[in-house]
Amino acid sequence: MRYKLQKAIIYTVLIFGAIWMLLPFLWMLSTSFKTQAEALRMPPTWIPQHFTTMPFKIVWEKVHFPQYIYVSTIVSLFTLAGVLITSLLAAYAFSWYEFPGREQMFMAMLSLMMVPIPVYVVPLYIIVQKLGWIDTFYALIVPWTVNIFGIFLLRQHMRSIPRDLYDAAIIDGCSKLRFLFSVVMPLVKPAIVTIAIFDVIGSWNAFMWPLMVTNSDKMRPIQVGLAYFAQGETTNYPALMAASTITILPLLILFFIAQKQIVESYSRSGLKE
Amino acid sequence: MKSFLKKLIPPLILLSPAFIILFVFKVLPIIFAFRLSFYDWGIAGIKGFVGLKNYYYLLKDPFFWQSVINTIYYTIFAVPLNIIISLIIAYLLNRGIKALGLFRTIYFLPVITSIVAVSVVWKWLYDPNRGLFNYFLTLAGLHPLKWLEEPRGIFEMIFSVHLPYILRGPSLALFSLVLMSVWKSLGYNVVIFLAGLKNIPDVYYEAARIDGAGMWQTFRNVTIPLLSPTTFYVMIMSTIISFQVFAPVWTMTGPPPGGPLGTTSVIVYYLYQKGFEEYQVGYGSAIAFVFFLMILAITLFQKLYLEKKVYYEV
Repeated sequence: MRYKLQKAIIYTVLIFGAIWMLLPFLWMLSTSFKTQAEALRMPPTWIPQHFTTMPFKIVWEKVHFPQYIYVSTIVSLFTLAGVLITSLLAAYAFSWYEFPGREQMFMAMLSLMMVPIPVYVVPLYIIVQKLGWIDTFYALIVPWTVNIFGIFLLRQHMRSIPRDLYDAAIIDGCSKLRFLFSVVMPLVKPAIVTIAIFDVIGSWNAFMWPLMVTNSDKMRPIQVGLAYFAQGETTNYPALMAASTITILPLLILFFIAQKQIVESYSRSGLKE
Repeated sequence: MKSFLKKLIPPLILLSPAFIILFVFKVLPIIFAFRLSFYDWGIAGIKGFVGLKNYYYLLKDPFFWQSVINTIYYTIFAVPLNIIISLIIAYLLNRGIKALGLFRTIYFLPVITSIVAVSVVWKWLYDPNRGLFNYFLTLAGLHPLKWLEEPRGIFEMIFSVHLPYILRGPSLALFSLVLMSVWKSLGYNVVIFLAGLKNIPDVYYEAARIDGAGMWQTFRNVTIPLLSPTTFYVMIMSTIISFQVFAPVWTMTGPPPGGPLGTTSVIVYYLYQKGFEEYQVGYGSAIAFVFFLMILAITLFQKLYLEKKVYYEV
Protein backbone atom coordinates (compact mmCIF):
# COMPACT_ATOMS: atom_id res chain seq x y z
CA MET A 1 0.00 0.00 0.00
CA ARG A 2 2.71 2.38 1.05
CA TYR A 3 4.68 1.36 -2.00
CA LYS A 4 1.76 2.10 -4.33
CA LEU A 5 1.18 5.50 -2.79
CA GLN A 6 4.86 6.29 -3.21
CA LYS A 7 4.74 5.39 -6.91
CA ALA A 8 1.66 7.55 -7.37
CA ILE A 9 3.43 10.52 -5.80
CA ILE A 10 6.52 10.01 -7.96
CA TYR A 11 4.52 9.89 -11.17
CA THR A 12 2.41 12.88 -10.20
CA VAL A 13 5.48 15.02 -9.55
CA LEU A 14 7.21 13.88 -12.74
CA ILE A 15 4.16 14.37 -14.94
CA PHE A 16 3.44 17.78 -13.44
CA GLY A 17 7.08 18.75 -14.08
CA ALA A 18 6.95 17.43 -17.63
CA ILE A 19 3.84 19.52 -18.32
CA TRP A 20 5.73 22.61 -17.15
CA MET A 21 8.66 21.74 -19.37
CA LEU A 22 6.41 21.33 -22.40
CA LEU A 23 4.05 24.22 -21.77
CA PRO A 24 6.18 27.00 -23.33
CA PHE A 25 6.75 24.86 -26.44
CA LEU A 26 3.06 24.07 -26.80
CA TRP A 27 2.11 27.70 -26.28
CA MET A 28 4.66 28.74 -28.89
CA LEU A 29 3.31 26.26 -31.43
CA SER A 30 -0.31 27.08 -30.68
CA THR A 31 0.26 30.85 -31.03
CA SER A 32 2.21 30.47 -34.25
CA PHE A 33 -0.86 29.09 -36.03
CA LYS A 34 -3.27 31.78 -34.81
CA THR A 35 -4.45 35.05 -36.25
CA GLN A 36 -3.24 38.15 -34.42
CA ALA A 37 -6.71 38.79 -33.04
CA GLU A 38 -7.04 35.27 -31.67
CA ALA A 39 -3.58 35.40 -30.09
CA LEU A 40 -4.67 38.35 -27.97
CA ARG A 41 -8.01 36.88 -26.96
CA MET A 42 -8.81 36.30 -23.30
CA PRO A 43 -9.38 33.62 -22.16
CA PRO A 44 -6.76 32.12 -24.46
CA THR A 45 -7.46 29.22 -26.79
CA TRP A 46 -5.08 26.26 -26.87
CA ILE A 47 -6.15 24.92 -30.24
CA PRO A 48 -6.33 27.68 -32.87
CA GLN A 49 -9.94 28.21 -33.90
CA HIS A 50 -8.99 29.96 -37.12
CA PHE A 51 -6.02 27.86 -38.08
CA THR A 52 -3.65 29.87 -40.30
CA THR A 53 -0.11 29.49 -41.64
CA MET A 54 0.08 33.24 -42.28
CA PRO A 55 2.63 33.84 -39.46
CA PHE A 56 5.06 31.41 -41.11
CA LYS A 57 4.49 33.06 -44.48
CA ILE A 58 5.35 36.46 -43.01
CA VAL A 59 8.50 35.17 -41.37
CA TRP A 60 9.57 33.24 -44.44
CA GLU A 61 8.85 35.90 -47.05
CA LYS A 62 8.99 39.32 -45.41
CA VAL A 63 11.64 38.68 -42.77
CA HIS A 64 14.70 37.01 -44.26
CA PHE A 65 14.65 33.74 -42.36
CA PRO A 66 15.75 31.60 -45.31
CA GLN A 67 18.86 33.79 -45.54
CA TYR A 68 19.47 33.57 -41.76
CA ILE A 69 19.18 29.79 -41.94
CA TYR A 70 21.62 29.74 -44.83
CA VAL A 71 24.19 31.82 -42.89
CA SER A 72 23.84 29.69 -39.77
CA THR A 73 24.15 26.47 -41.73
CA ILE A 74 27.35 27.62 -43.45
CA VAL A 75 28.79 28.84 -40.15
CA SER A 76 27.92 25.62 -38.31
CA LEU A 77 29.34 23.34 -41.01
CA PHE A 78 32.60 25.21 -41.53
CA THR A 79 33.18 25.72 -37.82
CA LEU A 80 32.64 22.00 -37.31
CA ALA A 81 35.06 21.10 -40.11
CA GLY A 82 37.68 23.45 -38.64
CA VAL A 83 37.23 22.11 -35.13
CA LEU A 84 37.53 18.50 -36.24
CA ILE A 85 40.72 19.15 -38.23
CA THR A 86 42.49 21.18 -35.54
CA SER A 87 41.40 18.86 -32.73
CA LEU A 88 42.35 15.62 -34.47
CA LEU A 89 45.80 16.90 -35.41
CA ALA A 90 46.50 18.46 -32.01
CA ALA A 91 45.19 15.50 -30.03
CA TYR A 92 47.26 13.16 -32.19
CA ALA A 93 50.40 15.17 -31.50
CA PHE A 94 49.65 15.20 -27.78
CA SER A 95 49.00 11.48 -27.55
CA TRP A 96 51.28 9.77 -30.11
CA TYR A 97 54.42 11.89 -30.15
CA GLU A 98 57.06 12.22 -27.47
CA PHE A 99 58.55 15.69 -27.41
CA PRO A 100 60.06 18.08 -24.87
CA GLY A 101 57.50 20.35 -23.18
CA ARG A 102 54.52 18.24 -24.19
CA GLU A 103 52.80 18.12 -20.82
CA GLN A 104 53.50 21.79 -20.14
CA MET A 105 52.02 22.84 -23.46
CA PHE A 106 48.98 20.68 -22.81
CA MET A 107 48.42 22.14 -19.35
CA ALA A 108 48.89 25.69 -20.63
CA MET A 109 46.28 25.03 -23.28
CA LEU A 110 43.85 23.54 -20.76
CA SER A 111 44.22 26.53 -18.49
CA LEU A 112 42.93 28.72 -21.33
CA MET A 113 39.56 27.00 -20.89
CA MET A 114 39.16 28.89 -17.62
CA VAL A 115 38.88 32.24 -19.39
CA PRO A 116 35.27 32.81 -20.46
CA ILE A 117 34.50 34.60 -23.74
CA PRO A 118 33.13 37.87 -22.27
CA VAL A 119 36.56 38.56 -20.72
CA TYR A 120 38.29 38.97 -24.07
CA VAL A 121 35.42 39.61 -26.45
CA VAL A 122 36.08 43.35 -26.95
CA PRO A 123 39.80 43.00 -27.85
CA LEU A 124 38.86 40.02 -30.03
CA TYR A 125 36.45 42.28 -31.84
CA ILE A 126 39.24 44.82 -32.40
CA ILE A 127 41.57 42.15 -33.81
CA VAL A 128 38.88 40.85 -36.16
CA GLN A 129 38.13 44.43 -37.19
CA LYS A 130 41.83 45.06 -37.94
CA LEU A 131 41.78 41.95 -40.15
CA GLY A 132 38.91 43.54 -42.08
CA TRP A 133 36.60 40.65 -41.25
CA ILE A 134 33.60 42.48 -39.78
CA ASP A 135 30.38 41.39 -41.47
CA THR A 136 32.03 38.42 -43.21
CA PHE A 137 31.89 34.66 -42.73
CA TYR A 138 35.52 34.73 -41.55
CA ALA A 139 34.57 36.62 -38.40
CA LEU A 140 31.77 34.16 -37.65
CA ILE A 141 33.84 31.04 -38.27
CA VAL A 142 37.62 31.33 -37.87
CA PRO A 143 37.94 32.38 -34.19
CA TRP A 144 35.86 29.34 -33.14
CA THR A 145 37.65 26.63 -35.11
CA VAL A 146 39.53 25.38 -32.06
CA ASN A 147 37.76 23.55 -29.28
CA ILE A 148 40.07 22.91 -26.32
CA PHE A 149 37.63 20.51 -24.71
CA GLY A 150 37.57 18.62 -28.00
CA ILE A 151 41.35 18.26 -28.01
CA PHE A 152 41.20 17.07 -24.42
CA LEU A 153 38.50 14.50 -25.13
CA LEU A 154 40.19 13.15 -28.26
CA ARG A 155 43.55 12.88 -26.52
CA GLN A 156 41.87 10.88 -23.76
CA HIS A 157 40.43 8.47 -26.30
CA MET A 158 43.58 8.24 -28.41
CA ARG A 159 45.71 7.35 -25.44
CA SER A 160 43.67 4.24 -24.82
CA ILE A 161 44.54 2.82 -28.26
CA PRO A 162 47.08 0.02 -27.79
CA ARG A 163 50.62 0.69 -28.94
CA ASP A 164 50.85 -2.71 -30.68
CA LEU A 165 48.40 -1.53 -33.29
CA TYR A 166 50.75 1.27 -34.15
CA ASP A 167 53.84 -0.91 -34.33
CA ALA A 168 52.06 -3.37 -36.58
CA ALA A 169 50.90 -0.61 -38.90
CA ILE A 170 54.39 0.91 -39.14
CA ILE A 171 55.92 -2.46 -39.96
CA ASP A 172 53.36 -2.78 -42.73
CA GLY A 173 54.70 0.47 -44.13
CA CYS A 174 51.91 2.80 -42.91
CA SER A 175 52.97 6.42 -42.39
CA LYS A 176 52.25 8.18 -39.11
CA LEU A 177 49.70 10.46 -40.73
CA ARG A 178 47.94 7.65 -42.56
CA PHE A 179 47.76 5.80 -39.27
CA LEU A 180 45.79 8.76 -37.88
CA PHE A 181 43.22 8.73 -40.66
CA SER A 182 42.83 5.01 -41.28
CA VAL A 183 43.28 3.51 -37.82
CA VAL A 184 42.90 6.16 -35.10
CA MET A 185 39.93 8.07 -36.52
CA PRO A 186 37.54 5.11 -36.74
CA LEU A 187 38.51 4.12 -33.18
CA VAL A 188 37.76 7.54 -31.70
CA LYS A 189 34.44 7.93 -33.50
CA PRO A 190 32.40 8.25 -30.29
CA ALA A 191 34.54 11.23 -29.22
CA ILE A 192 34.19 12.79 -32.66
CA VAL A 193 30.41 12.44 -32.46
CA THR A 194 30.39 14.11 -29.03
CA ILE A 195 32.50 17.01 -30.27
CA ALA A 196 30.35 17.40 -33.38
CA ILE A 197 27.18 17.49 -31.29
CA PHE A 198 28.47 20.15 -28.89
CA ASP A 199 29.87 22.16 -31.75
CA VAL A 200 26.83 22.20 -34.00
CA ILE A 201 24.54 23.06 -31.09
CA GLY A 202 26.99 25.75 -29.95
CA SER A 203 27.37 27.37 -33.38
CA TRP A 204 23.68 27.27 -34.16
CA ASN A 205 22.78 28.86 -30.84
CA ALA A 206 25.66 31.39 -30.61
CA PHE A 207 24.46 34.89 -29.98
CA MET A 208 26.77 37.48 -28.42
CA TRP A 209 29.66 37.24 -30.89
CA PRO A 210 27.52 37.14 -34.07
CA LEU A 211 25.56 40.08 -32.66
CA MET A 212 28.79 42.07 -32.44
CA VAL A 213 30.42 41.20 -35.78
CA THR A 214 27.47 41.36 -38.18
CA ASN A 215 25.99 44.62 -39.46
CA SER A 216 24.04 43.79 -42.58
CA ASP A 217 20.84 41.81 -42.55
CA LYS A 218 22.18 39.30 -45.08
CA MET A 219 25.11 38.27 -42.84
CA ARG A 220 23.00 37.61 -39.75
CA PRO A 221 22.97 34.12 -38.30
CA ILE A 222 19.55 32.95 -37.23
CA GLN A 223 19.80 33.88 -33.54
CA VAL A 224 20.74 37.46 -34.35
CA GLY A 225 18.06 37.63 -37.02
CA LEU A 226 15.46 36.42 -34.53
CA ALA A 227 16.65 38.80 -31.82
CA TYR A 228 16.45 41.84 -34.11
CA PHE A 229 13.09 40.72 -35.42
CA ALA A 230 11.81 40.39 -31.85
CA GLN A 231 13.17 43.80 -30.93
CA GLY A 232 11.40 45.50 -33.83
CA GLU A 233 8.21 43.50 -33.82
CA THR A 234 6.53 43.75 -30.44
CA THR A 235 2.87 43.13 -31.23
CA ASN A 236 2.61 40.42 -33.87
CA TYR A 237 2.86 37.49 -31.50
CA PRO A 238 1.95 34.76 -34.02
CA ALA A 239 4.81 35.87 -36.28
CA LEU A 240 7.22 36.02 -33.32
CA MET A 241 6.26 32.51 -32.25
CA ALA A 242 6.52 31.24 -35.83
CA ALA A 243 10.01 32.74 -36.03
CA SER A 244 10.99 31.04 -32.74
CA THR A 245 9.60 27.75 -33.99
CA ILE A 246 11.66 27.98 -37.17
CA THR A 247 14.76 28.88 -35.15
CA ILE A 248 14.59 25.86 -32.86
CA LEU A 249 13.25 23.36 -35.40
CA PRO A 250 16.57 22.24 -37.02
CA LEU A 251 18.14 21.33 -33.66
CA LEU A 252 14.91 19.74 -32.51
CA ILE A 253 14.99 17.48 -35.56
CA LEU A 254 18.65 16.71 -34.88
CA PHE A 255 17.75 15.95 -31.28
CA PHE A 256 15.07 13.45 -32.25
CA ILE A 257 17.40 11.73 -34.70
CA ALA A 258 20.45 11.51 -32.44
CA GLN A 259 18.75 11.72 -29.07
CA LYS A 260 20.69 8.94 -27.42
CA GLN A 261 24.09 10.26 -28.48
CA ILE A 262 23.19 13.82 -27.50
CA VAL A 263 21.98 12.98 -24.02
CA GLU A 264 24.92 10.64 -23.46
CA SER A 265 27.40 13.26 -24.65
CA TYR A 266 26.01 15.79 -22.21
CA SER A 267 25.90 13.34 -19.32
CA ARG A 268 29.49 12.24 -19.91
CA SER A 269 30.67 15.83 -20.04
CA GLY A 270 29.91 16.03 -16.33
CA LEU A 271 31.98 13.06 -15.25
CA LYS A 272 35.46 13.65 -13.99
CA GLU A 273 37.67 11.14 -15.70
CA MET B 1 70.60 19.11 -31.26
CA LYS B 2 69.53 17.66 -34.56
CA SER B 3 67.62 14.84 -32.92
CA PHE B 4 66.01 17.33 -30.57
CA LEU B 5 64.61 19.26 -33.51
CA LYS B 6 63.67 16.07 -35.24
CA LYS B 7 61.60 15.14 -32.24
CA LEU B 8 60.00 18.54 -31.90
CA ILE B 9 59.16 19.55 -35.44
CA PRO B 10 56.64 16.89 -36.56
CA PRO B 11 54.35 17.31 -33.51
CA LEU B 12 54.64 21.09 -33.72
CA ILE B 13 53.45 20.99 -37.32
CA LEU B 14 50.41 19.01 -36.19
CA LEU B 15 49.81 21.41 -33.32
CA SER B 16 50.30 24.57 -35.33
CA PRO B 17 46.74 25.03 -36.71
CA ALA B 18 45.24 24.83 -33.24
CA PHE B 19 48.01 26.86 -31.62
CA ILE B 20 48.02 29.67 -34.19
CA ILE B 21 44.26 30.14 -33.97
CA LEU B 22 44.30 29.94 -30.19
CA PHE B 23 47.12 32.44 -30.04
CA VAL B 24 45.59 35.01 -32.39
CA PHE B 25 41.98 34.70 -31.23
CA LYS B 26 42.33 33.89 -27.56
CA VAL B 27 45.77 34.45 -26.02
CA LEU B 28 46.37 37.74 -27.78
CA PRO B 29 42.95 39.21 -26.91
CA ILE B 30 43.38 38.14 -23.27
CA ILE B 31 46.76 39.89 -23.02
CA PHE B 32 45.28 42.81 -24.93
CA ALA B 33 42.33 43.03 -22.52
CA PHE B 34 44.63 43.16 -19.52
CA ARG B 35 46.89 45.83 -21.05
CA LEU B 36 44.06 47.98 -22.37
CA SER B 37 42.54 48.22 -18.93
CA PHE B 38 45.41 50.58 -18.07
CA TYR B 39 44.80 52.79 -21.11
CA ASP B 40 42.38 55.54 -21.88
CA TRP B 41 40.89 54.29 -25.13
CA GLY B 42 37.52 55.83 -25.91
CA ILE B 43 35.59 56.57 -29.05
CA ALA B 44 38.20 59.20 -30.03
CA GLY B 45 41.04 56.67 -30.02
CA ILE B 46 43.90 55.87 -27.65
CA LYS B 47 44.85 58.72 -25.36
CA GLY B 48 47.64 56.92 -23.55
CA PHE B 49 48.55 55.07 -20.40
CA VAL B 50 46.47 56.08 -17.39
CA GLY B 51 47.57 53.53 -14.80
CA LEU B 52 44.80 52.41 -12.48
CA LYS B 53 42.46 55.24 -13.39
CA ASN B 54 39.93 52.96 -15.13
CA TYR B 55 39.77 50.78 -12.03
CA TYR B 56 39.43 53.84 -9.84
CA TYR B 57 36.43 55.04 -11.85
CA LEU B 58 35.02 51.53 -11.87
CA LEU B 59 35.01 51.36 -8.08
CA LYS B 60 33.04 54.62 -7.96
CA ASP B 61 30.66 53.70 -10.77
CA PRO B 62 27.18 53.00 -9.27
CA PHE B 63 25.99 51.34 -12.49
CA PHE B 64 28.88 48.90 -12.30
CA TRP B 65 28.04 48.02 -8.72
CA GLN B 66 24.40 47.63 -9.60
CA SER B 67 25.37 45.18 -12.34
CA VAL B 68 27.55 43.24 -9.89
CA ILE B 69 24.73 43.01 -7.35
CA ASN B 70 22.25 42.00 -10.06
CA THR B 71 24.59 39.26 -11.25
CA ILE B 72 25.09 37.96 -7.72
CA TYR B 73 21.33 37.99 -7.08
CA TYR B 74 20.75 36.17 -10.32
CA THR B 75 23.33 33.52 -9.46
CA ILE B 76 22.40 32.91 -5.83
CA PHE B 77 18.78 32.37 -6.80
CA ALA B 78 19.28 30.49 -10.06
CA VAL B 79 21.95 28.00 -8.96
CA PRO B 80 20.39 26.58 -5.76
CA LEU B 81 16.88 26.52 -7.28
CA ASN B 82 18.23 24.67 -10.26
CA ILE B 83 20.22 22.18 -8.19
CA ILE B 84 17.40 21.40 -5.76
CA ILE B 85 14.76 20.88 -8.44
CA SER B 86 16.98 18.91 -10.79
CA LEU B 87 18.22 16.71 -7.95
CA ILE B 88 14.65 15.86 -6.95
CA ILE B 89 13.66 15.12 -10.55
CA ALA B 90 16.75 12.98 -11.14
CA TYR B 91 16.18 11.09 -7.89
CA LEU B 92 12.58 10.32 -8.82
CA LEU B 93 13.57 9.34 -12.35
CA ASN B 94 16.12 6.94 -10.93
CA ARG B 95 13.61 4.98 -8.89
CA GLY B 96 12.89 2.42 -11.57
CA ILE B 97 9.96 4.20 -13.15
CA LYS B 98 8.41 3.42 -16.50
CA ALA B 99 8.96 5.71 -19.50
CA LEU B 100 12.27 6.99 -18.13
CA GLY B 101 13.45 7.77 -21.66
CA LEU B 102 10.36 9.82 -22.46
CA PHE B 103 10.64 11.88 -19.28
CA ARG B 104 14.35 12.45 -19.79
CA THR B 105 13.71 13.64 -23.35
CA ILE B 106 11.04 16.09 -22.23
CA TYR B 107 13.17 17.52 -19.43
CA PHE B 108 16.16 17.79 -21.73
CA LEU B 109 14.34 19.55 -24.58
CA PRO B 110 14.97 23.15 -23.43
CA VAL B 111 18.72 22.49 -23.10
CA ILE B 112 19.30 22.22 -26.83
CA THR B 113 16.83 25.02 -27.60
CA SER B 114 18.39 28.39 -28.33
CA ILE B 115 18.34 30.91 -25.49
CA VAL B 116 17.17 33.65 -27.88
CA ALA B 117 14.11 31.67 -29.02
CA VAL B 118 13.37 30.69 -25.43
CA SER B 119 13.61 34.35 -24.42
CA VAL B 120 11.20 35.42 -27.15
CA VAL B 121 8.68 32.77 -26.10
CA TRP B 122 8.98 33.54 -22.39
CA LYS B 123 8.61 37.26 -23.00
CA TRP B 124 5.25 36.42 -24.51
CA LEU B 125 4.38 34.17 -21.54
CA TYR B 126 5.31 37.01 -19.18
CA ASP B 127 3.29 39.63 -21.08
CA PRO B 128 1.49 41.68 -18.39
CA ASN B 129 -1.77 42.00 -20.36
CA ARG B 130 -2.10 38.95 -22.57
CA GLY B 131 0.49 36.58 -21.18
CA LEU B 132 -0.30 33.04 -20.15
CA PHE B 133 1.24 33.40 -16.68
CA ASN B 134 -1.01 36.27 -15.71
CA TYR B 135 -3.94 34.34 -17.08
CA PHE B 136 -3.04 31.46 -14.73
CA LEU B 137 -2.72 33.88 -11.82
CA THR B 138 -6.16 35.36 -12.45
CA LEU B 139 -7.60 31.84 -12.80
CA ALA B 140 -6.19 31.10 -9.35
CA GLY B 141 -7.81 34.28 -8.06
CA LEU B 142 -4.51 36.13 -7.64
CA HIS B 143 -3.41 39.56 -8.79
CA PRO B 144 -1.67 39.70 -12.16
CA LEU B 145 1.98 40.76 -12.04
CA LYS B 146 4.08 43.04 -14.20
CA TRP B 147 6.85 40.40 -14.47
CA LEU B 148 9.60 41.77 -16.71
CA GLU B 149 8.40 45.33 -16.25
CA GLU B 150 8.42 45.21 -12.44
CA PRO B 151 11.39 47.04 -10.86
CA ARG B 152 10.35 46.33 -7.25
CA GLY B 153 12.39 43.81 -5.30
CA ILE B 154 10.77 40.45 -4.61
CA PHE B 155 11.22 40.76 -0.83
CA GLU B 156 9.60 44.15 -1.00
CA MET B 157 6.67 42.65 -2.86
CA ILE B 158 6.32 39.59 -0.61
CA PHE B 159 6.37 41.55 2.62
CA SER B 160 4.84 44.70 1.06
CA VAL B 161 7.22 47.04 2.88
CA HIS B 162 9.84 49.50 1.75
CA LEU B 163 13.31 48.15 2.28
CA PRO B 164 16.76 49.68 1.89
CA TYR B 165 18.59 49.04 -1.35
CA ILE B 166 20.28 45.67 -0.99
CA LEU B 167 17.57 44.01 1.14
CA ARG B 168 14.91 44.49 -1.52
CA GLY B 169 16.14 41.39 -3.28
CA PRO B 170 16.28 40.99 -7.04
CA SER B 171 13.57 42.86 -8.90
CA LEU B 172 10.69 40.71 -10.09
CA ALA B 173 12.04 41.42 -13.59
CA LEU B 174 15.38 39.84 -12.71
CA PHE B 175 13.65 37.02 -10.87
CA SER B 176 11.61 36.33 -14.01
CA LEU B 177 14.91 35.74 -15.79
CA VAL B 178 15.94 33.40 -12.97
CA LEU B 179 12.77 31.32 -13.35
CA MET B 180 13.31 31.05 -17.07
CA SER B 181 16.93 29.99 -16.64
CA VAL B 182 15.90 27.26 -14.20
CA TRP B 183 13.46 25.92 -16.78
CA LYS B 184 16.06 26.19 -19.53
CA SER B 185 18.99 24.41 -17.86
CA LEU B 186 17.17 22.03 -15.51
CA GLY B 187 17.42 19.14 -17.96
CA TYR B 188 21.18 19.40 -18.24
CA ASN B 189 21.61 19.00 -14.49
CA VAL B 190 19.03 16.21 -14.41
CA VAL B 191 21.10 14.25 -16.93
CA ILE B 192 24.33 14.88 -15.00
CA PHE B 193 22.69 13.87 -11.71
CA LEU B 194 21.22 10.76 -13.31
CA ALA B 195 24.72 9.73 -14.40
CA GLY B 196 25.95 10.38 -10.86
CA LEU B 197 23.11 8.39 -9.32
CA LYS B 198 23.84 5.42 -11.57
CA ASN B 199 27.33 5.35 -10.09
CA ILE B 200 26.07 4.80 -6.54
CA PRO B 201 26.33 1.06 -5.86
CA ASP B 202 23.06 -0.70 -5.06
CA VAL B 203 24.48 -2.19 -1.86
CA TYR B 204 24.06 1.16 -0.08
CA TYR B 205 20.37 1.32 -0.95
CA GLU B 206 20.03 -2.34 0.00
CA ALA B 207 21.58 -1.64 3.38
CA ALA B 208 19.32 1.35 3.92
CA ARG B 209 16.26 -0.71 3.04
CA ILE B 210 17.23 -3.48 5.45
CA ASP B 211 17.64 -0.87 8.16
CA GLY B 212 14.11 0.23 7.41
CA ALA B 213 14.92 3.67 6.04
CA GLY B 214 12.11 5.48 4.20
CA MET B 215 12.34 7.38 0.94
CA TRP B 216 13.34 10.64 2.60
CA GLN B 217 15.86 9.05 4.96
CA THR B 218 17.50 7.16 2.12
CA PHE B 219 17.67 10.33 0.07
CA ARG B 220 19.08 12.33 2.98
CA ASN B 221 21.62 9.81 4.28
CA VAL B 222 22.63 7.79 1.24
CA THR B 223 21.98 9.72 -1.93
CA ILE B 224 23.07 13.22 -0.92
CA PRO B 225 26.46 12.31 0.59
CA LEU B 226 27.36 9.83 -2.15
CA LEU B 227 26.30 12.23 -4.85
CA SER B 228 28.25 15.18 -3.48
CA PRO B 229 31.09 15.08 -6.05
CA THR B 230 28.51 15.44 -8.82
CA THR B 231 26.64 18.15 -6.94
CA PHE B 232 29.91 19.97 -6.46
CA TYR B 233 30.70 19.82 -10.16
CA VAL B 234 27.19 21.01 -11.08
CA MET B 235 27.49 23.86 -8.61
CA ILE B 236 30.77 25.19 -10.03
CA MET B 237 29.61 24.90 -13.62
CA SER B 238 26.20 26.48 -12.99
CA THR B 239 27.75 29.35 -11.05
CA ILE B 240 30.21 30.14 -13.81
CA ILE B 241 27.51 29.92 -16.48
CA SER B 242 25.10 32.08 -14.46
CA PHE B 243 27.74 34.76 -14.06
CA GLN B 244 27.91 35.05 -17.84
CA VAL B 245 24.20 35.59 -18.49
CA PHE B 246 23.70 37.98 -21.40
CA ALA B 247 21.25 36.93 -24.15
CA PRO B 248 18.02 37.02 -22.07
CA VAL B 249 18.86 40.52 -20.86
CA TRP B 250 19.43 41.76 -24.40
CA THR B 251 16.33 40.02 -25.78
CA MET B 252 13.73 40.26 -23.02
CA THR B 253 14.28 43.38 -20.95
CA GLY B 254 13.80 47.06 -21.60
CA PRO B 255 13.84 48.87 -23.92
CA PRO B 256 16.61 49.75 -23.30
CA PRO B 257 17.96 46.36 -22.18
CA GLY B 258 18.86 46.19 -18.51
CA GLY B 259 15.59 47.81 -17.46
CA PRO B 260 13.36 48.45 -15.64
CA LEU B 261 15.49 50.97 -13.73
CA GLY B 262 18.66 49.00 -14.45
CA THR B 263 17.49 46.12 -12.26
CA THR B 264 18.34 43.48 -14.86
CA SER B 265 21.65 44.95 -16.02
CA VAL B 266 24.21 42.20 -15.35
CA ILE B 267 28.01 42.43 -15.56
CA VAL B 268 28.38 40.95 -19.03
CA TYR B 269 25.65 43.20 -20.37
CA TYR B 270 27.31 46.24 -18.77
CA LEU B 271 30.65 45.19 -20.24
CA TYR B 272 29.03 44.85 -23.67
CA GLN B 273 27.39 48.25 -23.30
CA LYS B 274 30.58 50.07 -22.24
CA GLY B 275 33.24 48.22 -24.18
CA PHE B 276 31.35 47.59 -27.39
CA GLU B 277 28.31 49.83 -27.80
CA GLU B 278 29.90 52.95 -26.33
CA TYR B 279 33.34 51.86 -27.50
CA GLN B 280 35.07 52.74 -24.22
CA VAL B 281 37.59 49.99 -24.78
CA GLY B 282 39.87 50.84 -21.84
CA TYR B 283 37.02 51.06 -19.37
CA GLY B 284 35.35 47.97 -20.80
CA SER B 285 38.59 46.03 -20.40
CA ALA B 286 38.78 47.01 -16.76
CA ILE B 287 35.26 45.62 -16.29
CA ALA B 288 36.31 42.46 -18.16
CA PHE B 289 39.34 41.97 -15.96
CA VAL B 290 37.41 42.45 -12.72
CA PHE B 291 34.81 40.03 -14.08
CA PHE B 292 37.55 37.48 -14.72
CA LEU B 293 38.92 37.89 -11.19
CA MET B 294 35.44 37.23 -9.82
CA ILE B 295 35.06 34.01 -11.80
CA LEU B 296 38.52 32.95 -10.71
CA ALA B 297 37.74 33.74 -7.07
CA ILE B 298 34.51 31.74 -7.15
CA THR B 299 36.25 28.77 -8.72
CA LEU B 300 39.13 28.88 -6.24
CA PHE B 301 36.82 29.34 -3.26
CA GLN B 302 34.72 26.37 -4.29
CA LYS B 303 37.79 24.27 -5.02
CA LEU B 304 39.73 25.09 -1.87
CA TYR B 305 36.98 25.44 0.66
CA LEU B 306 33.91 23.53 -0.44
CA GLU B 307 35.70 20.60 -1.97
CA LYS B 308 36.87 19.57 1.49
CA LYS B 309 33.25 18.93 2.38
CA VAL B 310 32.71 16.70 -0.59
CA TYR B 311 32.48 13.01 0.12
CA TYR B 312 34.62 10.93 -2.17
CA GLU B 313 34.31 7.20 -2.15
CA VAL B 314 37.64 5.49 -1.61
